[in-house]
Amino acid sequence: MNSSNISSSFLVTGRVQGAGTYLLVAIGVLMLVAPQVVYPLFLIKILCFVLFAAAFNLVLGYAGLLSFGHAAFFGGAAYIAAHAAKVWHFPFELAVLSGTVFAACLGFVFGALAIRRHGIYFAMITLALAQMVYFLAVQMPFTGGEDGIQAVPRGYLLGIVDLRSITSMYYTVLGGTVIGLVIIWRAVNSPFGHILSAIRENETRVTSLGLKPERYKLIAFTLSAALSGFAGSMKAIAFQLASLVDVTWHMSGEVILMTLLGGMGTLIGPIVGASLVVGLEHFLSTSGLPITFIIGLFFVVCVMMFRRGVFGELKLLLERRRG
Amino acid sequence: MADIFGVPITVLLGQLLLGLINGSFYALLSLGLAIIFGMLNVVNFAHGAFYMLGGFAAWFLFSKLGLGYWPTLIAAPIAVGILGIVVERLLLRRLYRMDHLYSLLLTFGIALMLEGLFRHIFGAAGKPYPVPPSLMGGINLGFMFLPMYRAWVIIVSLVICILTWLAIERTKLGAYLRAATENPALVQAFGINVPLMLTLTYAFCVGLSGFAGALAAPLYQVSPGMGSSIIIVVFAVVVIGGMGSIGGAIVTALALGIIEGLTKTFYPAASSIAVFIVMVLVILIRPSGLFSREA
Repeated sequence: MNSSNISSSFLVTGRVQGAGTYLLVAIGVLMLVAPQVVYPLFLIKILCFVLFAAAFNLVLGYAGLLSFGHAAFFGGAAYIAAHAAKVWHFPFELAVLSGTVFAACLGFVFGALAIRRHGIYFAMITLALAQMVYFLAVQMPFTGGEDGIQAVPRGYLLGIVDLRSITSMYYTVLGGTVIGLVIIWRAVNSPFGHILSAIRENETRVTSLGLKPERYKLIAFTLSAALSGFAGSMKAIAFQLASLVDVTWHMSGEVILMTLLGGMGTLIGPIVGASLVVGLEHFLSTSGLPITFIIGLFFVVCVMMFRRGVFGELKLLLERRRG
Repeated sequence: MADIFGVPITVLLGQLLLGLINGSFYALLSLGLAIIFGMLNVVNFAHGAFYMLGGFAAWFLFSKLGLGYWPTLIAAPIAVGILGIVVERLLLRRLYRMDHLYSLLLTFGIALMLEGLFRHIFGAAGKPYPVPPSLMGGINLGFMFLPMYRAWVIIVSLVICILTWLAIERTKLGAYLRAATENPALVQAFGINVPLMLTLTYAFCVGLSGFAGALAAPLYQVSPGMGSSIIIVVFAVVVIGGMGSIGGAIVTALALGIIEGLTKTFYPAASSIAVFIVMVLVILIRPSGLFSREA
């Protein structure tokens, strides 16, 4: 009963991919000219969260695993990248790479542990493991405790492009995000991605076909963690800061909201959702309204009223009109 | 003075006592969490928020309305339970037929709303709440000094946990509850109002966490963040114990409280992650949990 219900709301069909592609191209063009109109640092933030949400969607939307601990990868990688750039004087690419590799290793370990239990327990285990990372970030000396790692040097991209210029930083992050999204798109549309969807729909049947669901889930989880770490590393370097905010359970919740709000199991959903949530927070931060309360309210409204998310509902509408 | 591994025995016993108190709160919460999961198939993320709410209700009734400790200890859980009824009737009920994930996300949203609201109104700082005069002072046990209030917390938590367990395992009402867990449609066909039973179960369990919050108020200060910090540990407890058995949930909670206390004595730096490390070990050795019926 449960599995069929969740699958219908997750359903991914190829019929509206045309509309999706146009939308994607439009967003791409928009992002290229955007820094002329909008404050670039704000756009960088959106981009990082777009990649984070898209990476998270890989496990929630496609593999059907609800991770409550993705902040550990995002924020943990941010610490590593910031430390690598500031203390070890790594160039930009290597610093980001160290963060990503760290997140991938962490994701592999967390995944291997959490996949041993199903459904609701999976969510609780990932949450608890991520909380452990949070406590470590509070206590370990290199993270700087409450202050975090500040004044991280941005350095040069490939030793040539000076990233102290906000515009070149923006285009670098844009490039990184696009690479990340393409990796996700390739993964989802490969045989591997189809097996993931099949596991989400009916794990027992996949096992009976002679495949090992655990292995696929673990690969998806590790990939998702690595890309989340990639996003977190870029954010740390661009903002020159790695702080506790990015490893809290609130952050894990926020990325769930982004994915849910935009539309789980769609490629564009997380992009829409992340932009909405980051934009909303930006708007709220000056309003004096309680942000956490409003984020919670969005969760409740989303779960009660439109579980397919903004893009999911839109897609359904388009599909209905076409046939 | 006797030492154990270089730690004075009084310090050790003091930390054990603190651990036992934490364990009592974990027990009250994980018990409710296990019952709600068993009956409603919902992982109630808002459980910690209701615990925080219980603390705030007690603080409000005590310092704003001037109620005494004892009326407060009864009124606060009732107020939280009523809110639980509202949440169950208006929101949770509509998600029973969906995947668990949605009810988890819904209760997560509720938890964020409550925490955000209280942080906005009261700030992040804790509110002090005095120990009632009747439970002031302590007993000298010869080897250590036992504050009365702490003894009271441990005893009352244990009594409530055991009573709840007995009520579910040994009474007719408990039999209905267990039957409704197995086959709600059949129990409904016997003329028992299952939806009402679910609402009351949720209200009772949520009230239980409100009670824990009110009980905790004099020990820890009442603060908006107290709920989220405890719920994650309680989740780990539930993963360790497995949600299949109520007795198991109580035993695991107390044991983990004690383990936490011991870590605080011998290796303080690891005390905040001790429970999670135990969780990892249990997942590796017995993936389905210590008391689980699932596998």
